[in-house]
Amino acid sequence: MMESFLMLFAQYDIPRAFLVNIELTLWSALFSMVLGTVLVMMRISPISSLRTVAGGYVEFFKNMPLTIIMVFMVLGAFGQLKLSFSDTFATNFFWLAVTGLSLYTAAFVCESLRSGINTVPLGQAEAARALGLGFMQSATEIILPQAFRGSVAPLGNTLIALLKNSTVAAAASVSTETSSLMSEMIEYHPDVIVSIFMIFAFGYVILIIPIGMLTTYLSNKLAVRR
Amino acid sequence: MHPLVELTHVEKHYGDLHVLKDINLKVDKGEVLVVVGPSGSGKSTMCRTINRLETIDSGDIRIDGKPLPQEGKELANLRAEVGMVFQSFNLFANKTILENVTLAPIKVRHMNKKEAEDLAMDLLARVGVDSQANKMPSQLSGGQQQRVAIARALAMRPKVMLFDEPTSALDPEMVNEVLDVMVELAHEGMTMICVTHEMGFARKVANRVVFMADGRILEQSSPDEFFENPQTDRAKDFLSKILTH
Repeated sequence: MMESFLMLFAQYDIPRAFLVNIELTLWSALFSMVLGTVLVMMRISPISSLRTVAGGYVEFFKNMPLTIIMVFMVLGAFGQLKLSFSDTFATNFFWLAVTGLSLYTAAFVCESLRSGINTVPLGQAEAARALGLGFMQSATEIILPQAFRGSVAPLGNTLIALLKNSTVAAAASVSTETSSLMSEMIEYHPDVIVSIFMIFAFGYVILIIPIGMLTTYLSNKLAVRR
Repeated sequence: MHPLVELTHVEKHYGDLHVLKDINLKVDKGEVLVVVGPSGSGKSTMCRTINRLETIDSGDIRIDGKPLPQEGKELANLRAEVGMVFQSFNLFANKTILENVTLAPIKVRHMNKKEAEDLAMDLLARVGVDSQANKMPSQLSGGQQQRVAIARALAMRPKVMLFDEPTSALDPEMVNEVLDVMVELAHEGMTMICVTHEMGFARKVANRVVFMADGRILEQSSPDEFFENPQTDRAKDFLSKILTH
């Protein structure tokens, strides 16, 4: 068993594959956070057409299998619509995968933030309005800061799901990430298949447990005292 | 000379429930109005329509002669002129006491930070909580929070102050510290509309008591007149229930 691990680690650059997933995750987390925040502001805005658009977006992406989105990014967005980020194939596919993951995850970020907004008592918005603050001022000064702090736990869960979902980037032809590497290893070393599974399973568990611990800690630490 | 606040034939429904029925009310500058009545009589709703936290179905509401605008910038400007104090204080939980008071002057009135902080400290001193300026709202008692809420509203230099049951959520021993601040405000000539159950306050400072029941204004008279000689059976019944002890 030990020997097979050593052999696999010697032959394949496994940490590098994990690094690709971490990179996919970090970029997608950033973009989906921005897009999700915009979406949730649209959802609570006084303008009903914005609420409808944001609601439609969330329902669409929340109910769409991620694989379909990722395959579409390559075959549809790139293949047909000629959306291209770079002339280098690997770079291009990486950013297409980030785009697909971000569009998808933004729907869940929006839902997480909305659950955070539900923790903010209505009186907070009423007090802001009564003082003459506009929608954007109330949202950025009062509602969203409290909503973020109230949605640390669901946002953490969304981040965990994102890290695991980043393996679907294989469907967007990102060939250097973990699930692609795992398939390759299985193909050439079917005799040590259990070891291969264990490497990737434990790899993700080791990455994800600290995220869970951190969000639990932050969720308590940042909770808004009322 | 037009009244500072004027409600004319105001009607409001919540679904089938007719909560405001033909409300006509005039409040002059410097007047202290106390609105009393059984719960569910529409007093809070009426108070909240005056800065459009509640919309109305029909009728007309004017502040300083100008009709209440629809949503948007104009409404925000109007709200800035109407101070509101809520039953549940509603201090911004993510801001310090000082920031609670300076936020609107900075964001809405575009006052610079230093100026706003000086103003805020003045007001906090007036309501007696200046020593708590750097704490968070949750660290203060209810009475202190409500006094901060009053200071926060005053920081906008409002033309009129609305008090929506400002002492109803307070422990009994904290009611007076808030009422003292309100009495002082009244003596300074602030125009005030107070929805409250504090009959002592009404007797002491009100120019006029408005009695509401079932969505209607049934009586408007001086406190002496109202408490000693109520005209309607509804008011007599109400007073007999609250003044027996």
